Amino acid sequence: MAEIVINNLRKEFGDFTAVQSSSFKIEDGEFFMLLGPSGCGKTTTLRMIAGLELPTSGEIYIDGEEVGQKPASERDIAFVFQMFALYPHMNVRKNISYPLISQGMSRADVKAKVAEVARILGIEGILDRPVGGLSGGDRQRVALGRAIVRNPKAFMMDEPLGALDAEFREHMAEELRALHDRMGATTVYVTHDQLEAMQMGDKIVVMNHGVIEQFGTPQDIYDKPATMFVANFIGSPPMNFLHFHGGVHAGGTSVQLQDVTVEVPELRVPFEGDMVLGVRPEHIRFDDAAAYRGRVLAAEYLGTTQIVTLETPNGEIKARIAADQPARVGETVGMSFTPHTLTLFDNQSGHALKSDLNEGVLAHV
Amino acid sequence: MSAYSVTEPTPRAKWAAGILVALYALITMIPLLWIIATGFKSPADAISYPPKVVFDPTLEGYVNLFTTRTRQTDEFLAANPPETWYEEIVRQYDMVIVGPSRYGERFMNSIIIGFGSTFLSVFLGTLAAYAFSRFKIPLKDDLLFFVLSTRMMPPIAVAIPIFLMFRSLGLSDTHAGMILLYTAVNLSLAVWLLKGFMDEIPREYEEAALIDGYTRFQAFYKVVLPQATTGIVATAIFCLIFAWNEYAFAVLLTSGNAQTAPPFIPTIIGVGGQDWPAVAAGATLFLLPVLVFTVLLRKHLLRGITFGAVRK
Repeated sequence: MAEIVINNLRKEFGDFTAVQSSSFKIEDGEFFMLLGPSGCGKTTTLRMIAGLELPTSGEIYIDGEEVGQKPASERDIAFVFQMFALYPHMNVRKNISYPLISQGMSRADVKAKVAEVARILGIEGILDRPVGGLSGGDRQRVALGRAIVRNPKAFMMDEPLGALDAEFREHMAEELRALHDRMGATTVYVTHDQLEAMQMGDKIVVMNHGVIEQFGTPQDIYDKPATMFVANFIGSPPMNFLHFHGGVHAGGTSVQLQDVTVEVPELRVPFEGDMVLGVRPEHIRFDDAAAYRGRVLAAEYLGTTQIVTLETPNGEIKARIAADQPARVGETVGMSFTPHTLTLFDNQSGHALKSDLNEGVLAHV
Repeated sequence: MSAYSVTEPTPRAKWAAGILVALYALITMIPLLWIIATGFKSPADAISYPPKVVFDPTLEGYVNLFTTRTRQTDEFLAANPPETWYEEIVRQYDMVIVGPSRYGERFMNSIIIGFGSTFLSVFLGTLAAYAFSRFKIPLKDDLLFFVLSTRMMPPIAVAIPIFLMFRSLGLSDTHAGMILLYTAVNLSLAVWLLKGFMDEIPREYEEAALIDGYTRFQAFYKVVLPQATTGIVATAIFCLIFAWNEYAFAVLLTSGNAQTAPPFIPTIIGVGGQDWPAVAAGATLFLLPVLVFTVLLRKHLLRGITFGAVRK
């Protein structure tokens, strides 16, 4: 069980900077997600925590001890690889007991420990099978077994569900989360799948180009995006961006969008220039009385809801509305936005403007 | 299902394929079979024309291979009747066995030098290949090219410098010298072959071992090596075949002490001409160790192949 603190962590591979001065804190027992597109530095960060890469600069504290330059074998951390990396020349039992053998545990203790882990994971029946012929799910369980068998301080998981079938992923995700809750061990989990991150994580770090874009709970990240990247990366369909030119002052509660006044959460900072109004699709309501109007381009029926694509003076947007609401292609409709959910961005930097909504969750400024 | 399907061949097709393969095997093996047969012929049958395919087998060639003989007077022969079956064979020519030949010794030299240099090549090659495959090494590509460049001319082109160097280092006609020489020639092949095999082994296996509390060397020894068995076995077979069959350097650098079998076999002289059955017997026995080595390791080669097939 461990608290992990990352301080100004940086990693360069030659000329390429994989991770730029990252800092965040993982509380004891947390299920922590590192989320971002491929090449964003999330896996490198994970590998640095585990000790498979050494940081160029910065510190990693595990339970208060600085371990940045320590070899992996001395950090007492378990790692679950995307391709599982089960030792192919050993059977299931040997794979699971391998970390215990390195600790010099007695044979009887190893046997008892492996039996216990096999029971937790429901793989008692395959202990003596070679790993070559196992199904994806069983390989995943064996990899987990090898990780949990020695009660490490923390688990590192590098897209552990990435190699599984879509159907099975859902099931394994639940199993993983249940296992985490049962063990109560700190888990750091890398994924590029925003749904997985939202579904399983206590906290999420969103990374892009080696930079931490936002750090917070799934709710904060979804409702109060700190940057346009986060707003666009999270949510399906993602947040709508309405581009406009204008100015706001500190304490302002509205912006002018094509001469229509749109109410926004009270702003804390003044701004003048190219701005973006961020609206989640589900925060758009069709309202014939509303002054802001758009033409329906397409409607996608999804059962309980539908996704309607509209053409507005500020660009194309998508709205998520109830499936039974009429939305005919070609029709012009009025739209209103739920005021307290809106985020304003500086178009140049992509950063959210500090407001009543997102105060306290922004990493930058 | 795709439009293509692999159908089971008909029994007739299987038979035809089997006959073709057997025919090809027979044709390629004719020289080999000829040597084996000649080893069991009498000297007269061995040089008869047209060649005899059916003949009375005799162990004369093998007896002559392993013994030295001398002609004796009739009185001596009459006073000392032959005691063993091989003495009887020799008596046909009014000769007696006076001692063993040097073939056994030469054969042992071949074993020591062949297997010694194979072990050393594979051992050093594995370590070098792992380092080249996994670590950041300054000038890595240049070093690899340098290793390869030692293969860019026929080794015999440097025979004279090596001869002079061996003489001044006292390595001429020593086992150590020959092992060193064959290792030097084989090492570049070993490094390159093994590096290819090492590159194929995913790093995650070692990383898993590092995480599981093992040191880098333990991870190499316990996780990487078992994965590399196929490559190591294949490399060892290549190295052994080269060192075993090498003739030119063996002729040049060895004589009394460390001479291997290849330069020895042609020196077997019979009575009144080349003793072909003895030469053929020597060659036949000389084939066996490589054959046995390859057959023993064959299962590793096959297991390695199926392993690779199911990994991903």
